[in-house]
Amino acid sequence: MIVGFFLRGKQVEAVYNEGLLWQSIITGFSLVMGVVSIVRVHWRKLTARNDGAWYSAVLLLCFVVMAGFGVLQGTGRGTRYDAIFNSIQAPMMSTMFSMLAFFIASAAYRAFRARTVPSLILLVTAVIVMLGRIPMGQFISDDLPTWVNWIMTVPNVAVQRGILIGAALGGASMSLRIFVGIERTYLGQ
Amino acid sequence: MHAGIIQNGRLNAFIFLLVFSVAILWFIRRVTSGEKLYVRPLPGLNAIDEAVGRATEMGRVVLFIPGTGDLDNIQTIAGLSILGRVAHLTARYQTPLRVPVLYPMPMAAAQETVRQAYLDEGQSDRVHPETVQYIAGDSFSYSARIGGMMVREKPAAAIYMGQFAAESLLMAEMGQVAGAIQIAGTAEPEQMPFFIAACDYTLLGEELYAADAYLSGRPSLLGSLRGQDIVKLLIVIVVIAGALSVSLGIGHDFWENILSAK
Repeated sequence: MIVGFFLRGKQVEAVYNEGLLWQSIITGFSLVMGVVSIVRVHWRKLTARNDGAWYSAVLLLCFVVMAGFGVLQGTGRGTRYDAIFNSIQAPMMSTMFSMLAFFIASAAYRAFRARTVPSLILLVTAVIVMLGRIPMGQFISDDLPTWVNWIMTVPNVAVQRGILIGAALGGASMSLRIFVGIERTYLGQ
Repeated sequence: MHAGIIQNGRLNAFIFLLVFSVAILWFIRRVTSGEKLYVRPLPGLNAIDEAVGRATEMGRVVLFIPGTGDLDNIQTIAGLSILGRVAHLTARYQTPLRVPVLYPMPMAAAQETVRQAYLDEGQSDRVHPETVQYIAGDSFSYSARIGGMMVREKPAAAIYMGQFAAESLLMAEMGQVAGAIQIAGTAEPEQMPFFIAACDYTLLGEELYAADAYLSGRPSLLGSLRGQDIVKLLIVIVVIAGALSVSLGIGHDFWENILSAK
């Protein structure tokens, strides 16, 4: 992949594209491992009648129903699979996403305490940015949106870039350690 | 920049990669030859022992989440490296461990990592199918499952190491509600503020990748940290020199040619 990124040549490009294709195929087959894991774990819970065994029963039932509809009727628009996905799965995903709003509020309530100087700076900056992002902020001061824009585009971007440079170097270093075989902990060694 | 066999606009990136690789390998060689190295303390990593110990005393599980990325993501590999260390501790103290995973390939890698760690500690019979589980391949379903585990099993320690997206705050807040000590590490800048707000300890960016070197203390891994820091210093020098010269109206084209890439 690295060679394909840097070097020219039709053969290099062909090997690169073939590698991407193989990656897709292997990822697809690896789903089988995931399915086996889910069925094994939840069947075990169901037969052992542990606490929460009925959750496992519901999961296995939904798995069979969705897989069945998908295999027998396909997953295109207008199929039962598509209808169940749009009427049950998609709203549940939206529900989980919407909980973020409440969790952000509770996390902010806990985190924005002026205990030290850095936390005081964080609190003041957060208040300025929050007020500047809502229409009411302009009633407080016409300059508030300008300050907010400066905070978000100058110090915020500078710090993010610094973190990104550090993280990119760290990731590249780890990749190099894996290539030369020094880093093997993720293989269990 | 253009050269015969190198793709247009990528020669400077290629040269940088060569310089970077040489620096890393050079310092790995120097540290393995005996040079002593100071590594600043990382409270988040020191807290892992404390977290596992707390779970052992309370008789509750340690929940380890190796991120929501696939195995081709370097953050996931970093998370799995830390999982190896955590699994050694949980095996030694006989603390239950749960590792829910979002994709099948990290699941296979995590199973192998955990199995080997427990084997090394002579506890191979304590590895169960529930230890490493595949959860559905969707991040919100995954975080819903994590939430259920938090509420039902009430882990005493929750460790999040890897790539995360919007579900990071969902999991961290549910962990707060469950009363777990939480340690997080990610290189995603957008998720760091959420982990800092919700978790007790956070590893930022490169600290996640340095974790394995820090925890193992192996000279070959520590040497790479030194090489990384030297390259970072060179980047800082280039940034300062470039910013000053462009501000003075000198060498704009030069810097653009050197630093732009496709």
